[in-house]
Amino acid sequence: MAENELDEGKRRFLLTATTVATGVAAGAAAVPFVASMLPSERAKAAGAPVEVDVSDLMPGQKKIVEWRGKPVWVVRRTPEMLKAIETDDPRVADPDSSRSQQPPYAKNKYRAVKPEYLVTVGICTHLGCSPVDRLQAQPEPFEPDWHGGFYCPCHGSLFDLAGRVYKNKPAPENLPVPPYKFVGDTKLVIGDDTQGA
Amino acid sequence: MAATEKKLPVTGAGPFNGILTWVEQRFPLITLWKEHAAEYYAPKNFNFWYYFGSLAMFVLVIQIVTGIFLVMHYKPDASQAFASVEYIMRDVPWGWLVRYMHSTGASAFFVVVYLHMFRGLLYGSYRSPRELVWIFGMVIYLSLMAEAFFGYLLPWGQMSYWGAQVIVNLFDALPIIGPDLALWIRGDYVVSDATLNRFFSFHVIAIPLVLVALVAAHIMALHEVGSNNPDGVEIKKNLGPDGHPVDGIPFHPYYSVKDTFGVMVFLAVFAVIMFFMPEFGGYFLEYNNFIPADPLKTPSHIAPVWYFTPYYSILRATTDNFMVVLAAIVTLWSVGVVTARAHRPIRILAMIVGALLVVLGFVYVERLIFVGVFVAAALASAAAMLVSRGATARAYRTLFIAAVLLAGFKLLDAKVWGVVLMGLATLIFFLLPWLDRSPVKSIRYKGPLFKTAVALFVIVFLVLGYYGTQPVTAAGTFISQLCTLLYFAFFLLMPWYSTIDKTKPEPARVTW
Repeated sequence: MAENELDEGKRRFLLTATTVATGVAAGAAAVPFVASMLPSERAKAAGAPVEVDVSDLMPGQKKIVEWRGKPVWVVRRTPEMLKAIETDDPRVADPDSSRSQQPPYAKNKYRAVKPEYLVTVGICTHLGCSPVDRLQAQPEPFEPDWHGGFYCPCHGSLFDLAGRVYKNKPAPENLPVPPYKFVGDTKLVIGDDTQGA
Repeated sequence: MAATEKKLPVTGAGPFNGILTWVEQRFPLITLWKEHAAEYYAPKNFNFWYYFGSLAMFVLVIQIVTGIFLVMHYKPDASQAFASVEYIMRDVPWGWLVRYMHSTGASAFFVVVYLHMFRGLLYGSYRSPRELVWIFGMVIYLSLMAEAFFGYLLPWGQMSYWGAQVIVNLFDALPIIGPDLALWIRGDYVVSDATLNRFFSFHVIAIPLVLVALVAAHIMALHEVGSNNPDGVEIKKNLGPDGHPVDGIPFHPYYSVKDTFGVMVFLAVFAVIMFFMPEFGGYFLEYNNFIPADPLKTPSHIAPVWYFTPYYSILRATTDNFMVVLAAIVTLWSVGVVTARAHRPIRILAMIVGALLVVLGFVYVERLIFVGVFVAAALASAAAMLVSRGATARAYRTLFIAAVLLAGFKLLDAKVWGVVLMGLATLIFFLLPWLDRSPVKSIRYKGPLFKTAVALFVIVFLVLGYYGTQPVTAAGTFISQLCTLLYFAFFLLMPWYSTIDKTKPEPARVTW
């Protein structure tokens, strides 16, 4: 090959090699920036279990506690409310809670350890609003034959008193039940369900 | 020597000729001024609708300047943000004015941008050769939405908090990557201090830089191809002896004066709102945002700020029932395409029977079975498409697309499709240059079909916007669903109705 002749093949090779190397380097340089937006160690460490005393909760009342930055509801259900849940089966999308998130011990008719107490994360499974209480069975603008439950003001999802979502509503799943356990008759721990000790 | 190459002295600037010549030899200051103002020839027939481009730039300047001063007092910290905004309102000298300028400016920005986009729609300003002007403009519009969304979290009121919660959760709905993506955006398991800090960063640095760069690109692309006008005819086709369009006039001073008048009128209206009704009845500043953010309690009625509500309505309209309607429409379309050459009665019968079968299957058949059947159908049509050619291949392609959509409609929740439709509703504007097949650009020469479609689209957009501000009702959902279908029909049917429409001939030169 003459001294001044261009080696096109070599040029193309060098061009490709430098492009690939630069691309890899740029991708690698992006990693720390992208990763810096993930939850920090402090955010990950937060989220300890919380203890709730429900001795002051009257039948039909609701209490909100904060767990991992989210509202967790504890509702003390009356016998009428429990009866209403049984009549809700045909109206709700997933009566047996087969799709929704709940610990195995809350996958039952009332979605609870003790039927009297509903414990659920008060965040709509649609887009994360917190539904509002419509606990009384009475005609409501969104449902003339309302059995009591929760109404999401953002997009109109309805949940019954077991946190089960009504059919044909934007929310796809029932309200999730967090892991929890009773320590004593009227005290429960949310975020921890290890038994014994 | 580069500095001595441009010998031509600058003229017409009186005592400044010398210094400007010195600058011009080192930086193309006068050249830029001439290219983009003094010798940028714009059509002479601009009307009222042409105010809004310059007004949008003016509002951008208002937002940047007021933003700089707000940042001097604002604290991007979840425990101090709300109080720091109240501090600006009450204790910072003139802070209330700067803040109200910024909050009113946000809504004003969307008002002028929507009117600016509507002008493009009226006069076909997106048509060749202005596709990139339109696309840059659409990217500006999307960036503006991001800017507004990030900024709305900063006061850390109830609407800030829950608005951000809902929008970030939209990403959560996406299959597979959704939850991790939402976590990455928030930087925490819920909207929190980490989220506020990064939204602040995006709002004051990242997006404004992008916006300014895009505005520059928008104007460079515009000045490359030249402005459209209400007649939609190219003024560059008629050049005078001086090489300039005979129907063009220099932007400066003719339109700089006109636009200055526009700015004056705009400022008068802006001042009335800013001084006397900065909340604008809860539309510009929502009442619930005067309550500090409470992660445990959603306000009883939440709605985004007015400029997002049309898309929010589309999101809410996408329920399980609506998915059945979409499945029926996809079936009607695909069967209609496949049977295009059959006799009309047979074709209609096939479409109706097909749609009925799909609807019944969609409602009554188990999810996995339905999905399995249509995935199999999609694979079969894909295989058939590969071995056939011409019209047959196109028919199989249609079947493939339909089968994939139907399987997807059933496989993924209506929630996911709501997010998808909302995203498509904003992105579909990008396709406008290729959807409009009319031989004429301007609405002045378009036929009754296009005029009706545009009028209907405006009504649909406003109705969707209205219902987006309202609580959910059965009637509202139904109307929103109807409007969602019409919204997409406006775009997707445009290649058809813009082709068969009866247009009037365009004039050779611009009129008034």
